[in-house]
Amino acid sequence: MALVPRSVYRLAQPIRSLAQRFAYISMVAAAVGLMILGKVDVLLMDSIRAQVTDTVAPILDALSRPADSVAKAIEQVRQLSALSQENTLLRESQARLLQWQSAALRLEAENKNLRDLLNYVPGPEPSFITARVIADTGGAFAHSLILNAGVRDGAAKGQAAMTGDGLVGRVASAGSRSVRILLITDLNSRIPVLVGTKRTRAILAGNNSDRPRLIHLLSGEAVSAGDRIVTSGHGGAFPFGLPVGVVASVSDGGIGVEPYVERNRLEYVRLLDFGLGGILGAPEPKAGAAVKARAAPPRKP
Amino acid sequence: MTPGPWHRMDVLARQLTPSVFTLALVILNVVPLHIPGFSNIAPLLPLMAVYHWAVFRPRLLPAYAVFMIGLLQDILTGAPIGVNALVFLVVHGAVLSQKRFFIGKSFFILWLGFALIAAVAAAINWLAVSILSATLVEPQTVFFQYLMTLGFFPAVAWFFLRWQRAFLRLV
Repeated sequence: MALVPRSVYRLAQPIRSLAQRFAYISMVAAAVGLMILGKVDVLLMDSIRAQVTDTVAPILDALSRPADSVAKAIEQVRQLSALSQENTLLRESQARLLQWQSAALRLEAENKNLRDLLNYVPGPEPSFITARVIADTGGAFAHSLILNAGVRDGAAKGQAAMTGDGLVGRVASAGSRSVRILLITDLNSRIPVLVGTKRTRAILAGNNSDRPRLIHLLSGEAVSAGDRIVTSGHGGAFPFGLPVGVVASVSDGGIGVEPYVERNRLEYVRLLDFGLGGILGAPEPKAGAAVKARAAPPRKP
Repeated sequence: MTPGPWHRMDVLARQLTPSVFTLALVILNVVPLHIPGFSNIAPLLPLMAVYHWAVFRPRLLPAYAVFMIGLLQDILTGAPIGVNALVFLVVHGAVLSQKRFFIGKSFFILWLGFALIAAVAAAINWLAVSILSATLVEPQTVFFQYLMTLGFFPAVAWFFLRWQRAFLRLV
């Protein structure tokens, strides 16, 4: 059966293979060209990414639901087996937390008194939207999530993504019904943070592993394992004081940080909007409204 | 006897399956599975499809389809756009240039060939991302991801082999 087509193929082969080879080489060149273009024009690539992600988002949304249910069922079975052990742990931690609660109440009262004394003006209260994780893009080369909320729901590029535990990442690109979150563990993530009670400034740099690293620490500043890390708010990308993680290891190779957020448990994520304009632009859904809001005075006198 | 419209549609639908499967694997690859540590080293499912169809039915998953699917992979995973397009094209081209080698070989040889080509693919991917982000990506994670990809290959290839025997025999 294959004899006849093959002989025909042999006659036409030189021209055909030449054309095919040319098409192949031009596509390889196009791929390399796109990589370079992606470095040159980041905004263009982001908008293309957002549009394509928007198109695929409904499929991802549908697919991630059964996956979530299965994961939940497995988690429940796992919890059942560890029930009594967990109970003991919870009793212990409850006793400890009650002490902390009384301490916190006392501090809150004291804080309120001091604020009244100083006529302290509180910072803006954040508004937030909650969205479901519909894709967890795996691999050794990029750490990002896709959520099922977009610009039409009030999401905007640059917003901080959080769970109750801590910082997840930031919105890297926003489409009309989906956003992509760059995780704090991604290679391209750089977050200004404060370390420990001394509030040492540093940058938290992702390296595509589960443990991002602290870089650009001032020399002579001591950091030890267990130090708590919060966002510093420098550079205007994030508000001050969002919990990030704890210092896990300090060695010659660098300072490893264990984030509070466990990536595999992420199911719902909050996008915080602190109304931080700065370099990120107003997070208004409509362009006209954004211009008006900027032109108007920010607060009533 | 000339084939009727239904027959032609049937053939077309069958011919589209390799592309559709490869596309589906790109999307399946990013569905969150909530398994601890899994997402870092999730196997590269579309790479297996690109390899498999280049070996068995290169006409049904041509280079331009490979290119487009690579772009979608880049866009969804958040990798620099163009990297996976290049990697998939290289895999496609490498298999086609060695086509004679693969004809009539056992499954084990097929797997071995995949191990070689996937290693080259991982190396290109690693190099490209490292250059583009101007930092060295940890080779350890890349290696584990490579091992996972090798481990999952038989399952995916088994399904594709069954499929092509059942539905792509004459296409």
